[in-house]
Amino acid sequence: MSRNPYIRPVSDTTWWTAQPRYIRYMAREVSCILIGAYTGVVTFGLFHLSQGAAAWNGFLETLQSPLSIAFHLLALAFALYHTTTWFNVTPKAMPLQLGETQVPGGVIIGAHYAGWAVVSIVVLFLVGA
Amino acid sequence: MARSNKPIVWSLFAAGGTFAAFVTPVMIVVTGLALGLGLLPPEALSYERMLAFVQNPIGKGVAFLVVFLPAWHAAHRLRITAHDFGIRADGAVATICYSLAAMMTLLAAYALLSV
Amino acid sequence: MSDRNVELEIMRYDPDTDQAPSFKTYTVPCPEDWVVLDAINYVKDQLDRTLSYRWSCHMAVCGSCGMMINGEPTLACKAFLRDLPDRIKVEPLANFPIERDLVVVMDDFMDKLGSVKPYLIPKEQKAVEDGSYLQSPAQLKKFKQYTLCINCTLCYAACPQYAHQEAFVGPAALALAHRYNLDSRDVGRSAREDVVASNPGIWECSFVGACSDVCPEHVDPAGAIQQTKIASTMDYFTGFLPGGKS
Repeated sequence: MSRNPYIRPVSDTTWWTAQPRYIRYMAREVSCILIGAYTGVVTFGLFHLSQGAAAWNGFLETLQSPLSIAFHLLALAFALYHTTTWFNVTPKAMPLQLGETQVPGGVIIGAHYAGWAVVSIVVLFLVGA
Repeated sequence: MARSNKPIVWSLFAAGGTFAAFVTPVMIVVTGLALGLGLLPPEALSYERMLAFVQNPIGKGVAFLVVFLPAWHAAHRLRITAHDFGIRADGAVATICYSLAAMMTLLAAYALLSV
Repeated sequence: MSDRNVELEIMRYDPDTDQAPSFKTYTVPCPEDWVVLDAINYVKDQLDRTLSYRWSCHMAVCGSCGMMINGEPTLACKAFLRDLPDRIKVEPLANFPIERDLVVVMDDFMDKLGSVKPYLIPKEQKAVEDGSYLQSPAQLKKFKQYTLCINCTLCYAACPQYAHQEAFVGPAALALAHRYNLDSRDVGRSAREDVVASNPGIWECSFVGACSDVCPEHVDPAGAIQQTKIASTMDYFTGFLPGGKS
């Protein structure tokens, strides 16, 4: 039995500043704020679309303001960080074993990036960029 | 200990995270950057073109997913992030986060069903 | 090989006399091939006999000598002095109560290991006379990685969710459950689910991944937990289907 165990306090709010790996984790988690905000922008866009041409064109106008572009640059940075961190852990969450060999993680990740490139190119093509 | 009901929100988180990983970057480029930076032909996001897209059943479905999946992914992750930043009132945080996702879902559904 | 003087700043705590832990610094002349454990042994042998710590094999297989070395959960027998600066901070493993000096209270971890039913639960109990269970190399490969855990609990020291929620079952215990769930001789996944798939089980994990980073045996408990989340989620939903087991 423990005589007089000492419990070291851990900060609820600043624990993640202690190590670079925790800071990278928090950056990944915080990406959800930007992705959520962008999804909100898309939602408002769909709403304006449903309200007619004037509303939609007004929405497109605001999309071109400097503030909007700055927000979207930030959102893109975090969205890309989400994409890379998501793809990188996929082999750990869904390992693939064929017979006695594990499919190398790099192959699984590479396949995801390839799929991502295809989706992106298709969307860009459909939009006409 | 009893089995948790977290699978319900976690499956949305996982599906939404996968969808967002593949789709969100190019979406941001198209809607948020290419237009403002003049990289799109003027008709690319025109009202007529976009309306035709969401009136098509497949386009409607895609547009809904573009809101629905990342919204619930972000909501669940935000709930966890709040906890990581030291906010311990999980019940209140969860209610707020999932309500935000629900509102986006409803607004998107309303908009898409009315065109 | 010339000796280098290393300053070990070691956290000391005497449960009988101290209100709180404090640091004591020792100067140790260290040959180049030494690990931190060698330096600590030198302190105990030559400088301060009162220092308490756990160690055994000195070759990273017993899991006894886990401690925080410059803030990183490490096996002291695996931390080479040549890779460390001249001043080394040595503390007991994080997220565990301190018993004395570098010795931590492991009771919580031992309870959690036992709670996941870490033994084979076969479909039918086989008598010894009926022979052994057959298992192909491919079936063994599926779970072998998760058998390598040496119970060093570096993963618990690295895990911020365990730091903030003591009820969290934790990386090693959940990886051990996964080891049995993946074993072809075992059908006990639903028997383990009460603990594994509970809120303080896999669902407390937010996939920080620090546990897998620090694991000296490359067990990858983070991966084990994510795989379990996927399997549990499928179990959860198929349990609602007619004929599905819940």
